[in-house]
This record gives sequence, structure tokens and C-alpha cells, in this order.
Amino acid sequence: MSVGIAMLVHRDLERAEQVARHWTAGGCPVVLHVDSNVPRAQFQAFHDTLADDPLVRFCERHRCEWGTWGIVAASQSASAMMLDSFAGVHHVYLASGSCLPLRPVRELVAYLAARPRTDFIESATTSDVSWTVGGLDIERFTLRFPFSWKKNRRLFDRYVQLQRRLRVRRRIPEELVPHMGSQWWCLTRQTLSAILQDPERSRYERYFRRVWIPDESYYQTLARRYSSNIESRSLTLSKFDHQGKPHVFYDDHLQLLRRSDCFVARKIWPGAGRLYEAFLTGRAGAMTPAEPMPGKIDRVFARAAERRTRGRPGLYMHSRMPRPGREHGVTAGPYSVFQGFVDLFADFERWLAKGTKARVHGHLFAPEGAAFSGREAVFTGGLCAGAMQRDYAPQSFLTNLIWNTRGERQCFQFGPADNQGIAGLMARDPNAQISVISGAWAVPLFRSNRNFADLRKEAARLQKIERRHLALLRAAETKARVRIWTLAEFIEAPMEHLQQITDEICPERRKGLAEAPTMNDLAGFGQFLQNLKNQGMHPHLMGDFPTKTVPVNPPTAVRKPYLVR
Amino acid sequence: MRVRRRRRLLRAAWKSRELQAVQDRTGRIRPGDVLLFSTVRNEHIRLPYFLNYYRDLGVDHFLFVDNGSDDGTGDFLAQQTDVSLWQTDGSYAGATFGVDWQNGLLRRYGNGHWTLMVDPDEFLVYPFCDTRPIRALTDWLDDSALRSFSAMLLDMYPRGRLDEHPYATGQDPFEIAAWFDSGNYTLKKNPVYGNLWIQGGPRGRMFFADSPEKAPALNKIPLVKWHWRYAYVSSTHALLPRGLNHVFEDWGGEKASGVLLHAKFLDTFAQKATEELERNAHYAESSEYQAYASRLKAHPDLWCKWSEKYRNWHQLEDLGLISKGNWA
Repeated sequence: MSVGIAMLVHRDLERAEQVARHWTAGGCPVVLHVDSNVPRAQFQAFHDTLADDPLVRFCERHRCEWGTWGIVAASQSASAMMLDSFAGVHHVYLASGSCLPLRPVRELVAYLAARPRTDFIESATTSDVSWTVGGLDIERFTLRFPFSWKKNRRLFDRYVQLQRRLRVRRRIPEELVPHMGSQWWCLTRQTLSAILQDPERSRYERYFRRVWIPDESYYQTLARRYSSNIESRSLTLSKFDHQGKPHVFYDDHLQLLRRSDCFVARKIWPGAGRLYEAFLTGRAGAMTPAEPMPGKIDRVFARAAERRTRGRPGLYMHSRMPRPGREHGVTAGPYSVFQGFVDLFADFERWLAKGTKARVHGHLFAPEGAAFSGREAVFTGGLCAGAMQRDYAPQSFLTNLIWNTRGERQCFQFGPADNQGIAGLMARDPNAQISVISGAWAVPLFRSNRNFADLRKEAARLQKIERRHLALLRAAETKARVRIWTLAEFIEAPMEHLQQITDEICPERRKGLAEAPTMNDLAGFGQFLQNLKNQGMHPHLMGDFPTKTVPVNPPTAVRKPYLVR
Repeated sequence: MRVRRRRRLLRAAWKSRELQAVQDRTGRIRPGDVLLFSTVRNEHIRLPYFLNYYRDLGVDHFLFVDNGSDDGTGDFLAQQTDVSLWQTDGSYAGATFGVDWQNGLLRRYGNGHWTLMVDPDEFLVYPFCDTRPIRALTDWLDDSALRSFSAMLLDMYPRGRLDEHPYATGQDPFEIAAWFDSGNYTLKKNPVYGNLWIQGGPRGRMFFADSPEKAPALNKIPLVKWHWRYAYVSSTHALLPRGLNHVFEDWGGEKASGVLLHAKFLDTFAQKATEELERNAHYAESSEYQAYASRLKAHPDLWCKWSEKYRNWHQLEDLGLISKGNWA
């Protein structure tokens, strides 16, 4: 007989009984503390069912409310009774009713017998812990907390505020250095009895009664005073989420718990029948001297916390609807927007798709509907090409598209004739790579067969829209990666610019571009612009376009045959 | 808002007088039981699978309102030992599409319980639902101090014409209607009640392509830790007080959520659509059903090549239709 279990129970008494019997079957005495909130009749029934077990004792009952002294008082009574009643106990293990031993009892006994002088108690100074709830660390020890955090949160917060403002401080007993840690410990008889039989105990108690969550600091602080050998970790696997409440284990955690090699896990959902069955029907495994390895479980729960606090970037759904600026990623992945390229090059889409292996769409926000790649009527996830539906919620349309095609880069065309409702979202999205040839919208006008008066009107409209869009892209708040060339600038060295863009889309294919897209014939374009000017509409977004000379053979980055019409 | 809530509750009390208890087994409800509330009309063919589905999830007691069925629905339900049944011939539309009746029942029997309010063609799927019963979820929600749980309506449909695969009693409807749209939902915040307004899916795609604003709402909050002061406002889309509608995270994270798989598009649908249209008992003069009836004559195929075939909750989680939140 060497390890005694002090068990604090407050509900699900059947499960507690099961676990208590498991401990005693392994030869460990159990002292049970039942919360005085449990009705007398229920307690009596529980008491009677365990009466036949000589290794089970019941200690004096206290009222246990979270964060209050009652829990410490309960563990004091239980461990004192343990030390008095079972002289052979050299370690006392504090557990709760929802703790479940994961390894055979004898493995725990052997593990502790091999470390007879070691106290396992997580204990860190207040400056070293990062997990405190409510941002209270050292203040747990220096302020007063007469109001319940769970029931009277507002009063609790107000009173803390008030004390901070009035700079009220309690004096910490001089010989104590505040430490905190998990409330589930395993202490040696020597340390524990030193704490319980300390002549100063009543003074410390008076102090700790007013400390907030004393069960996380009373033993942790006093053990530092008496223990010769503290191993600062808890043998109980117990994980807390970002709100400071313990994660619960269910049937589907069985394999995870098995592989953790921890001795005891908390807390187990009382309905997890398979877990209780698996771990309490003595697994006849070989004695493995394995150290507990909670790493894997840590990762599972860390992921869960991340999911809760940050979520998946670019996802908008019925339980994640971030307000602007809080998205942690406006869209799910990088994508490229091309403005003016299809106007300048005749076969730009085909060329881009071939050169980058990305999914290349036409004008997704065109007035007549979304031009999906292959001009499909419906695209991934069931997105419709119809203009009505798209324009009902253009931002959802884009974020949905990028979310639905995670893993495949999307490229699409954009222009001043398109729905501009999406421009703001793209500008503040770091995933957007926006390349603009400003003024290129004039090329289709120039090549069209329309009345000049209409052309002039249309040109004025498009220029106005594009100017506003460019101002947005150049704003300081813009997070998208933006490249803007004027038309004149671009056609001076088109291949150089195209190379830059494609390199960014697929950095792994950093070869020279084999082929150039076919550029539309611009002979007479300069004159066209001059005509617009003569009519009183000044097209300035194209840059300085010479009236007479037209660049016949734009220089290219690579010396390969290419087509220029 | 308080006035609106009070008005809802008064209406509920008033309309509850239309209900006649056929089989009242509410005495068997124990504290902590999970209760299911539903309004049915001629759903005999669906109910056996429906009841078993929710029994398997761990629902303890069912409370049904039978709104004038004539296909034996009432008799069937009255025979079930875990069902309490009320009967009414009152107007469905007059009772705010059944909400008033249910608010009345919720107020009387739901207080302090986790209550699930679903239609007989809605099947709740939540994270870990294959390994953890609904009690595990509600316990966790209790521990997390959450009072309500979001589950978007996910329309399921078969491949091919609706009348191609007849549905048989007791059959899993998702053997037939196995497909869904994964990513064409639009979300807007409703400033009045603070809930989200979600539209889209196959209905938006097929029936409301030219009037997306009229597409039916898909946001639902079916699972609530009920208090007698609460009230549903319109179907299960919104509740009062408004705090219950805040089932989404707007600071970047994700809250836990599920979906209601909607087995509406079976061979029974065409008949139902005509019937409902004749009753004219649905929202906005049944404009939704008008849209269906006109399109259904052409026997449309809701399926398209981007439709996803339903496998399990893991798939829905990957697609971002449900979330585990910090439940691990």
C-alpha cells in the first residue's frame, strides 16, 4: 500500500463509485469528499454502496463552489484523513470524481515508488504563467474577492477595478512566494503533513481564504516552502480551453488517451461509457515504464482553441461571420486579378492558363454575368454565373469562389465596366494580386464599330470609374499586392511585366516565358486618343501615347519566336 | 423588443387554445431530458425514420402538433410511447406558420430543458454526432454557458428527376437525396434581431436565379436551452431575446455549429408543393411554393456536376458548412 487517492466528488456519483472501486481493487485506499451541495439522501445511498469496501473512507463535507476556499478545505480534510487512517501511504494523489485512471494502478504505484521523495505539483511563479483567466495573476494574491466570478461577474469586475484605482493591497505573508498551477497534485506524506501540521497553518489559511481560486495556489505555494524535490507538472492530464474551462473527453478520444501514457485524465464526460469500460476493466498490458506524453492531446486541443479564436481564414458561414477588419484573412487563398490585359491581348486567357496552370476566368463581374473558366453556367460549390445572383451579394460571391477552390489559384479579369462593388474587398485583401494596365479599356472602344459620340461618352464613363479604382488601389490602407502600368508604359516591355506576374503566380516554374500572348493591332490608336481629346474628352490614364508612331515590335525578355500581328 | 417578445408570448397563449391534447405523456419528462418539438401535416410516410433518427441521437421526448392530417399521422404518433401529441384544425398561417402553437408548448413544457425544434424533414447533424449523443453536446453547451446552437438548413436533393426514386416508409431519405450545394450561400446580418440571414443553395440556384432576395432563409437556431420567457419569432430563424441569435462569432473565430439536412426534395415534394399552394398557408402568400410549382412542371434536375455527395459530418466540417468551434 503506497498511494492514497483523495477524491473530490460533486456529481455523477455512479461514475465516482466505479473509479473508487477501481482504485481500491488496485490496492490504493480512497478518501472521498462529497460536496455538501449533494442532497443528503443521494449522499447516503452513495455512502451505503461503498460501505462494503474497507479501503474507502468518507471525510467531512464542505461546500465546494468554483474558485472558493471550499475546495481547498475539502482536499485538506480528505488528505488529513488519508494520512491518519492509512499509515502505509507515502504519496497522496488528489483526483476528482470525473478523473479516469488511464494506466493500470500498479504502474502508477511503481512509478511513484521509484520516486519516493518527489512531489508532483505544477507550481510556477505568477510572472511565469500565461494561462490565467481574467488577466489576474499576482492580483489574485493582493486583492480581495468577496463576489462570485461566476454568479456576480459585474460586481466582481467592478470591485477589482475599484481596488486597483484605490491601490488597495493585501500583504502576502512574508515567508511565502506566491506560486500557481494545476489543482491536481500528488504530494509525498512528508510534504503534505508539513503543510497540514504547520503551526502557522491557521494564519496561512486566513490569508488564502481571501485569495481568488485558492485551489490553484494554496498547495502550490506551500509546497515550495516544504518540499525538497518538486517536479513541477501534474500527473493528471487536464487541458483547459481559452475560457479556462477543462476540455472534456469522449468515447472518440479512446485511442488518443491510450497513446498518451498519462496516468489519470480529467475530465471525462459521464456518458462516455466506452472510455470507462476500456480503462477500468484492467488492461493486462505489460509493465511499460513509459513517461506520460500528453503532446498529441495538447495539439488536438491547441487546434480547437485556434479554431475557436481565429477560425479558418476566408470562411464565412453561419457560425463565423467576422466583421470587416477582424477576418484573419479576407479570403481563403491567393488569387490574381487582371485589369486591361484581355483588352490589350487577343488570347490572354488561354495564354495565361497554359503558362501558369492556374484556373483562368474571364470577367467574373461583368454586367451580363460571371464568365467562368470554360464559360460554365455553374461553378464549384454551385456558384451561379447569373448576374442577378452574383450582384445580390458580390462579396460573398468572391469569398465563396476562393473558398470553394482552395488549393487551386484563381485568376480573373476585371475592368471599369464590371461591378465595382467588389473593389473595396479586393483592395484590403492581402491575398489579392492586382495587375492593372490603366487605360487599356480604350482599346476595345478603338477597335469597335460604334458611333464616335457613343464612344466618347463610354470612354468618359470608364475613365471616371477606373480613376476612382486606381485611387483606391493606391490608398495607404490597401493591402493587396498592386501593380499599375499605364498602357503606354506596358507596351514598351510587355514580356518583362508579364514575366513578373507569372513568376509570382507560380514561383516554381521560374523559366522564361516560351510564348507571348498575341497583342491586338494598335495602329491608329494614338490618333483615336487624339480624336477623343479633340472632342473635349481627355483620356489620360493611358499615359503618353504618341499620335503617330506605333510600337510595331515590342521588345521581349526572351529570344524565342513569338507572334505579333 | 421586449414588447415584441411579450406580444409573441401573448399570441402563443391565445393560439394555444386551438390545441387539443390527443396523447399527453408529458408526465414522463424528467429533469434534464432533451425534448423535440415539431408541427406535422400528413407526414406519416416520413415519421418512422424521423423518430428513430432522433431517438438514436438521444432525444428523450417528442412533442408534436398535428395540423389536420388525414393520412393516419395522428394515430401513428399517438401509439409511440415517447410522444405527446396535440391536434388542431386551426390555420397554420394564422398561427404564424405554427410558431404560436410551438411557443405555447415550449413555454409550458420546455422550461429548463434543451429543446430541439425541427420540421419532420429536417435532420440535425453536428460535429461528432456519430460518436457523441446529443446529451454530450448539450452538456458541453451548458459548460460553455451557451444557450443556443446554430444549424443552417442544408437542402439535399437527388440526382435526376424528383419522381425517379420513390421514397419508402422507414428509408433513410439521404439514400435518395444524397447531394447538396457546398459553397453558394450568401450571408447578411439582420439588424433587427441580430441574426444572420442566409440564402442560396439549390433553391436559390434553380428557383430564384432572377430574384435572389426572395429565396428562402436557411439560417436556423433549432437547439435552445429553453426558458419560459423566450419566444421564436419566425419559424426557427430568429428568437427573442436577441442575445439567443448571436450564434456566430464576429471577431474572427468560429463557434460550434451544425446543419439541418433538409429532405424536402423527394418524390413527395411535387404533391406537397401543389397542396401547400392550395392551402396558401405559407410565408408571403406562398410565393416560395408558387416558384416551385411553376418550375416543377418541367421536372428540373437539381443536380449539377459541382454537387457534393453527402458522406458524414467530417466532410461538412471540411467544406466549412459546420464547425467544431473549440469542441474537441
